[in-house]
Amino acid sequence: MADLSVKVGELGLRNPVMPASGCFAIEYGEALDFNRLGALVIKSVSPQCRAGNPTPRVTEAHSGMLNSIGIPSKGLDYYRREVLPPYTRYDTPVVVSISADTVDEFAQAVAEMSLPEVAVIEANISCPNLEADGMAFAMTPETTYQVVSAIRRRTRHPFWAKLTPNASHIAAVAKAAEEAGADALVMGNTVLGMAIDVRTRKPKLGNVMGGLSGPAIKPIALRMVHQCYRSVRIPIVGCGGIASAEDAIEFMLAGASAVQVGTASFLDPGAMQKIIDGLERYCVEMGVANLRDLTGQVKLDRQLSDRWLRFAQQSG
Amino acid sequence: MTTHDCFQRNAQSVASHRCEVAEHRWVNTRYKYLRLAAKADLAGSTRPGQFYQLKCPGSDELQPFLLRPMSVYGVGPEAGTVEFLYNVTGIGTRALAALEAGGHMDIVGPLGNIFGFDPAFGHVMVVARGVGLATMAPLVRQAAAAGVKITAVMSARAPQDLMQAEFLRGTEAEVHCVYDSDGSSSVEAVDALLRRLLDEGRPDALYTCGSHRILMLLQRLLADYPQVRGEVAMEQRMACGMGVCLSCVRLFDREGDKQFLRVCREGPVFPIREVVGEVEFG
Repeated sequence: MADLSVKVGELGLRNPVMPASGCFAIEYGEALDFNRLGALVIKSVSPQCRAGNPTPRVTEAHSGMLNSIGIPSKGLDYYRREVLPPYTRYDTPVVVSISADTVDEFAQAVAEMSLPEVAVIEANISCPNLEADGMAFAMTPETTYQVVSAIRRRTRHPFWAKLTPNASHIAAVAKAAEEAGADALVMGNTVLGMAIDVRTRKPKLGNVMGGLSGPAIKPIALRMVHQCYRSVRIPIVGCGGIASAEDAIEFMLAGASAVQVGTASFLDPGAMQKIIDGLERYCVEMGVANLRDLTGQVKLDRQLSDRWLRFAQQSG
Repeated sequence: MTTHDCFQRNAQSVASHRCEVAEHRWVNTRYKYLRLAAKADLAGSTRPGQFYQLKCPGSDELQPFLLRPMSVYGVGPEAGTVEFLYNVTGIGTRALAALEAGGHMDIVGPLGNIFGFDPAFGHVMVVARGVGLATMAPLVRQAAAAGVKITAVMSARAPQDLMQAEFLRGTEAEVHCVYDSDGSSSVEAVDALLRRLLDEGRPDALYTCGSHRILMLLQRLLADYPQVRGEVAMEQRMACGMGVCLSCVRLFDREGDKQFLRVCREGPVFPIREVVGEVEFG
């Protein structure tokens, strides 16, 4: 029996597999034993009530899907009263994901949700910042620092900053989140995309643009996890296109301490359990005693480029 | 079904089932019949109105990514047997149509709620068009097994598209057929026909699936027949099929409270009177 347990900062998890926010809800109880997952990450809640985006809210792409759900929300009171309690009845840490429109609203919402039954707050700073023309907080190091430091001042709860792959200089954004006091990073979220029906000439999503997820974005997310890993000392939770145990291992080797599974659950609601079972098999097969030892263990040959240059000089 | 569930539980357990294709054939130029054999007792756990999500196998030209929600057309007699009847129309169903007997595919389910049916009913009426007849076929079988009188109004483009035998599958029913080709399926003609059948037959419940136009007609008509229960099985673009992703919402009016409900979880079967249908989004 391999030890699948991992730590994300101070938080111990029985295994590294947890759902990605937005791709998990209590209804998966029909298909999964929540007591066997690493953590339970609930769909984002926003302090402002929202109806969500127009339908169609989802369309498919090559090896992936586009969504523009729009984070429907009935506010924090409703969430605390009706949404949160059923998740706290399991022997599994609960992660509350929060999304908000402004820095102050974000900090206030995180403070309100820093409850004893909540193990971690995930700040979805990949969502639009209304004080910056709707550009996501995590698009720049400056706005990342602003929102993360404001949140840090208002909570002692462990909190993770969920970054966006749409940011161009991810290492700087990751560094800003670390310096502002985030306990860990979640890398990442969906990649902004679009699709058009060429017969009707209409966008395939009611919201015109949406987030691309699934295996199509896995190499992007993996690369960004690795860039974050090289940039910060805080733990990283990898997310983006993970559909198998091999994918999860790949993210850990790139630097992730744990992983989130999103779109794969839509194709098989039992996907997370199959990934956990696959991790166990991988460890046995590869002789890995402690899964957590794999974090960051991609084998990089730092002299390779120099050797190659010397080698290549032989050519004409 | 347990009382401590804090959500609307539609099935004891949902899983991805690997199935063998037992039979797969065209029933006319547009529709195919598919019979799958699973290892699990899907016949015992699937009830009329429910659906599965099908992982349609990709090919060089067609690569569906999302699963495709599809109503169950029938189950049994073997425990693992589940049947589908579908219109070959888009990327998913065209990919599915290429699947040959002996091949394999994965299906996720059972999903969704069920038709509200009371074995104490004396008479039910079904109004079907197109693929809606596949959705209601298990209900017709259930009603027949309970000894309930069935009146079926079937609408199609033309007689060759009707699929009456596929719908009834040997069940005895009073059948009225209307067609686009001779104008008998027009709103006015169907309205008059349905009023006559409701007045004469006094059914306990009326069910429909397959046409937004018929749904809206029935909603207007049922206002004059408050004692008749009315239900519709609806469709919407969906991803997870389990109520998780919130893609498949539609607006409903529950006793004056307008709310978005998930077609995959609170539905696909809804009271006809609750549908808010004045604006049609995709």
